Amino acid sequence: MGSVTFDAEDRWNAFITICREAGHGDGPMAGVAVAVKDNISTAGIQTTCGSRILKDYIPPYDAHVVELLKAAGAAVVGKTNMDEFGMGTTTESSAFGPTTNPVDTARVPGGSSGGSAAAVAAGMVPMALGTDTGGSIRCPAAFCGIVGLKPTYGRVSRYGLVAYANSLEGVGPMAGNVTDVARLFSVIAGHDARDATSIDRPFAHTPSSNRIKGLRIGVPAEFFGKGVDPAVAEQVRRAIGDLADLGAEIVDCSMPSMAFALAAYYVTCTCEASSNLARFDGVRYGPDIASKRSWHEAYQEHRREHFGKEVRRRIMLGTFALSAGYYGKYYAKAQAARKNVGEDFARLFADVDVIAGPTMPTTAFALGEKTADPLSMYLADILTVPANLAGVPAISVPCGTVDGLPVGLQLIGRHCEEERIIDTAYAYEEVRR
Amino acid sequence: MVSESDVAHIAILADIGIGDDELAEFTGQFNAILEYFDLLDQVEESGRPGAVTTNIFRDDEIAPSLPLDDVLENAGESEAGYIRAPKVM
Repeated sequence: MGSVTFDAEDRWNAFITICREAGHGDGPMAGVAVAVKDNISTAGIQTTCGSRILKDYIPPYDAHVVELLKAAGAAVVGKTNMDEFGMGTTTESSAFGPTTNPVDTARVPGGSSGGSAAAVAAGMVPMALGTDTGGSIRCPAAFCGIVGLKPTYGRVSRYGLVAYANSLEGVGPMAGNVTDVARLFSVIAGHDARDATSIDRPFAHTPSSNRIKGLRIGVPAEFFGKGVDPAVAEQVRRAIGDLADLGAEIVDCSMPSMAFALAAYYVTCTCEASSNLARFDGVRYGPDIASKRSWHEAYQEHRREHFGKEVRRRIMLGTFALSAGYYGKYYAKAQAARKNVGEDFARLFADVDVIAGPTMPTTAFALGEKTADPLSMYLADILTVPANLAGVPAISVPCGTVDGLPVGLQLIGRHCEEERIIDTAYAYEEVRR
Repeated sequence: MVSESDVAHIAILADIGIGDDELAEFTGQFNAILEYFDLLDQVEESGRPGAVTTNIFRDDEIAPSLPLDDVLENAGESEAGYIRAPKVM
């Protein structure tokens, strides 16, 4: 038993809440400072989801992942900044102001787990928890030049993660290198009866570069298609070439379902958000509602005042897509497109072991560059959403820079084969050193 | 295409609250996004749509719940173990 004094200066606005003195127990992670994204419940520590509607909300319980962190001896040193409820690709929609990218403070850190990525990239903490609904771990990992893993859906419990789009999202590890990502993943993976989608697949693997020879790596043409910056594409192709030099076999392939993946993702996540976020009504938690007014009047006023524009936009889009007469056009079609993505992965994974491509189509945007045009921001998620739609694991590992800004190599694996993508990322990390 | 009055109606359905001064901006953005969603019209539906997940049922088991006082801690107003909500009628 002990405590960690956390006195790092937060010049990047990476944290919403900082715990200057953080107690910890014994265990394999004894005394390791870990930052936790602010949509993951921490008993006794404010959990806002980056929203004014949960300002001063103190959860009465810990998320499963936080229980596991504490049981392993880790010290939770703070709650990191994020796009409000995870809805964004830049961390600019936080009610607590944007986080800046430690590599270049005129740029966004990516999102929505931008605070966790910046805290790691700036060296404030060695590792952090993020959450990934459509790329929210991998995008900021790529933009900040760190490693981030989106696990298989169900391998990490969502109990205590404030829900935004439950069929897509999950908690995952972020760190400066693959070894630390694997170490943090070994703490948080495992079964939890309180999450009905939890699967019993603990992780106890030490990264190894000895399994790369003969590995079949699929490279879908669609990952290098329209909208992907040629300089980013070239950097990623060079990284894939490095894996070939290590003995991996590169297989050109195609993923036609990618054409509809982004639209399917945004229809699905906004529909789920419109239902999930109905609970934020000012009655049970968050700033108090004016209870003297009538039900609908009070809610409308409360939600207009305390939700940011992107959250209101997504709730309304989802409400519209699910409304009478539109369900077949949007939600049903999105689920068909989602199924096609899963089938495409299954077909490819019958032939290849890992799929590789860029994590993001570009390097980090300038602050403010995308805020006025939501659709252009959504389009940046095109390469990360397929893994969420199919529930397969994916990791982003740094693969050099373009004009001084980090580029991420994305490696996608079969369900519950985090071990394989971690080994591949580790082998690449070793040659790049 | 949706109109400003459609957006105002959706805001009421969603209990989201929208100002007249916001309608033009939201409507413009909605139309750009919905136009993109129209891509989905081209999706070929193979088999039963929406069959991505299946339910697995279990028996209901009574387990300990959170202490009432801890839960009420975050509520605005409470009375005799209940949370006070706005009037419905």
